Amino acid sequence: MIKISNVSKNYGAFDVLKDCSTTVQKGEVVVVCGPSGSGKSTLIKCVNGLEPFQSGEIIVDGTSVGDPKTNLSKLRSRVGMVFQHFELFPHMSITENLAIAQIKVLGRKQDEAMDKGLKLLDRVGLKAHAHKFPGQLSGGQQQRVAIARALAMDPICMLFDEPTSALDPEMINEVLDVMTELAQEGMTMMCVTHEMGFAKRVANRVIFMDHGRIVEDDSKEAFFANPRSERAQQFLAKILHH
Amino acid sequence: MNYQWHWGVFLQPSASGDDTYLGWMLSGLKMTIALSLSAWVLALALGALIGVLRTAPNKWLAGFATAYVELFRNIPLLVQLFIWYFVLPELLPESIGNAYKQSNPMLQQFLASMICLALFTSARVAEQVRAGINSLPKGQKNAGLALGFTLPQTYRFVILPMAFRLVVPPLTSEFLNIFKNSAVCSTIGLLELAAQGRQLVDYTAQPYESFIAVTVAYLLINVTVMFLMRKVEHRVAVPGYLGGK
Amino acid sequence: MYEFDWSSIPGALPFLWDGMKISLEITLTAVVIGIVWGTLLAMMRLSSLKPLALFAAGYVNLFRAVPLVMVLLWFFLIVPKFIEQLFGLPPGTDLRLTSAMIGFALFESAYYSEIIRAGIQSVPKGQMAACSALGMTYGQAMRLVILPQAFRNMVPLLLTQAIILFQDTSLVYVSALADFFGAAYKVGDRDGRLVELLLFAGAVYFVICFAASTVVKRLQKKFHPA
Ligand SMILES: Nc1ncnc2c1ncn2[C@@H]1O[C@H](COP(=O)(O)OP(=O)(O)OP(=O)(O)O)[C@@H](O)[C@H]1O
Ligand SMILES: [Mg+2]
Repeated sequence: MIKISNVSKNYGAFDVLKDCSTTVQKGEVVVVCGPSGSGKSTLIKCVNGLEPFQSGEIIVDGTSVGDPKTNLSKLRSRVGMVFQHFELFPHMSITENLAIAQIKVLGRKQDEAMDKGLKLLDRVGLKAHAHKFPGQLSGGQQQRVAIARALAMDPICMLFDEPTSALDPEMINEVLDVMTELAQEGMTMMCVTHEMGFAKRVANRVIFMDHGRIVEDDSKEAFFANPRSERAQQFLAKILHH
Repeated sequence: MNYQWHWGVFLQPSASGDDTYLGWMLSGLKMTIALSLSAWVLALALGALIGVLRTAPNKWLAGFATAYVELFRNIPLLVQLFIWYFVLPELLPESIGNAYKQSNPMLQQFLASMICLALFTSARVAEQVRAGINSLPKGQKNAGLALGFTLPQTYRFVILPMAFRLVVPPLTSEFLNIFKNSAVCSTIGLLELAAQGRQLVDYTAQPYESFIAVTVAYLLINVTVMFLMRKVEHRVAVPGYLGGK
Repeated sequence: MYEFDWSSIPGALPFLWDGMKISLEITLTAVVIGIVWGTLLAMMRLSSLKPLALFAAGYVNLFRAVPLVMVLLWFFLIVPKFIEQLFGLPPGTDLRLTSAMIGFALFESAYYSEIIRAGIQSVPKGQMAACSALGMTYGQAMRLVILPQAFRNMVPLLLTQAIILFQDTSLVYVSALADFFGAAYKVGDRDGRLVELLLFAGAVYFVICFAASTVVKRLQKKFHPA
């Protein structure tokens, strides 16, 4: 589904990504973790072309992301993305947030888009809030709406960039529950997250990044039982102590 | 000092005979409002366009927009006005220039004034729009793109609606400025409020009354504009953000 | 097509330079008086003495609501007569330059006072509390602690306002005073070369203001490295 081969990216003299390669199979859940500044967000944004990269290749469902001839908007409309800071559109009501891209990008009818949006809203447990605006919801609720918004596009896979790290602790679980359910339904997912409980529960594989390199890329069992690199061991020790 | 106050002067028939001095003032007020409003509409449209271009990823477009803003910001309004009024008609191709010069002088004054105020103000509006766009979280643009919007769609549906809301308060002061700046157009003979005030001084020999009346008229414009923009601010408030509840 | 003839400019340079000196003179006086009087106004506006605060608010709002052209007309057409009568000066004394300077200074103080007020308010409240705790009077606290910090933050804004003011001095045209723009206009009118002289004046203003605002931007980066 997602194939990343030898991707490198730099800002001038600073290398953000160094020769990164990995694949995500259809239906697989891959968790990406690593210290701050290690390039996790950059890597995941390369997958849907939000960040350009200088060398290497990324293929999503048979389409090359780096190819200048690729219609990126079309590709992105098929790849869902959820952001750390939700990024709902504050001037639109929740229903409008859910419908706008369906209508303007996929060309769905207003009614159809509304129906679909409401159905997904129900699924994330927020049907009662349909008429509200993003600013009137809690962080956890906003993030669930953001997930519903991405799902409304019928994505072939989902990218998550630290979806819970801007949330108060008591709201983290409501978002993780939605993600867990999604994983169990067989959605292909690539998640940047530090929620190791979530990783242990649903991930198939764990990728550990440090200084722009993919240092570990293992099944979750292998990763948690016995991380090979010292950096990953330290990282795990720190995280699990919290 | 013994100045003879005489407020009744406004009701006297004016030197032109067919009107009162109050009538002069009102016609000046009308001219000020017509000029400022028409220039404002143009300035908003142009300013929005230039402001967006300043944030464009294309180097040439952004460079053009920057040059535009710098040009209109760094030349005094009066000089710009004189260039539009005295210089431009000379530089036009002869046939157009002559036709223009033979048209109604009032029309010439009004057009030059309107274009001048519109472009001068558009550069300021553009700066506000750019600041508005840049003050939005960068993730908003990414969120739009990630949903499959093209860049123009992302501007149209995601960035601009919020940027314009953010920009309403600073635009209020630009809107006020355009009324104040329109007084500069009295220098090319356009009979707007300040020019009428000057005429009133010459014709009535009651300088205090004349100038006080004109000054009060500007104060009223000010209060009205602030009131209207306050309404606009309420209208566009976003629930949960920006003064919305 | 229009045929340009720039030949009247070289000979007129000394006259234009005299005009530029007047423009700069007005700018400088108005900036200095504007900052001093503007600071006082800002402090009045923030003071707890109601009448002072009201006076300052009224002053600032009045001047900010009225076009500069109107203020200048007041100062050219009405204030000189008033002063003549008040001091018994012979009629026709040329008070234009003085009037211009006073008019600009009083007008600009309103704008400066708003910048300075924002600057003072940007200094954290705790600073004033700390001064009181150290036993300083209000005046000492302002002079020694608050204003120095406020001005440091404000330097770029104050300079930007000075550039705007310099551009605005061209409006003394309404009094037929020969500042730089007035001089350029006079030369152009005399020689029938208004097109060239106006374009020249525009170019000169542009070069000066663009250079000055570039310097201010640099300063701003130095003061507030983003
Ligand atoms: N536009 C940019 N210019 C220069 N450097 C950048 C830019 N954007 C990101 N970086 C650098 O690239 C590195 C990787 O950034 P990235 O956001 O991918 O890290 P991350 O692993 O997601 O970290 P975090 O956990 O803090 O989100 C960081 O060191 C960051 O400083
Ligand atoms: Mg990140």
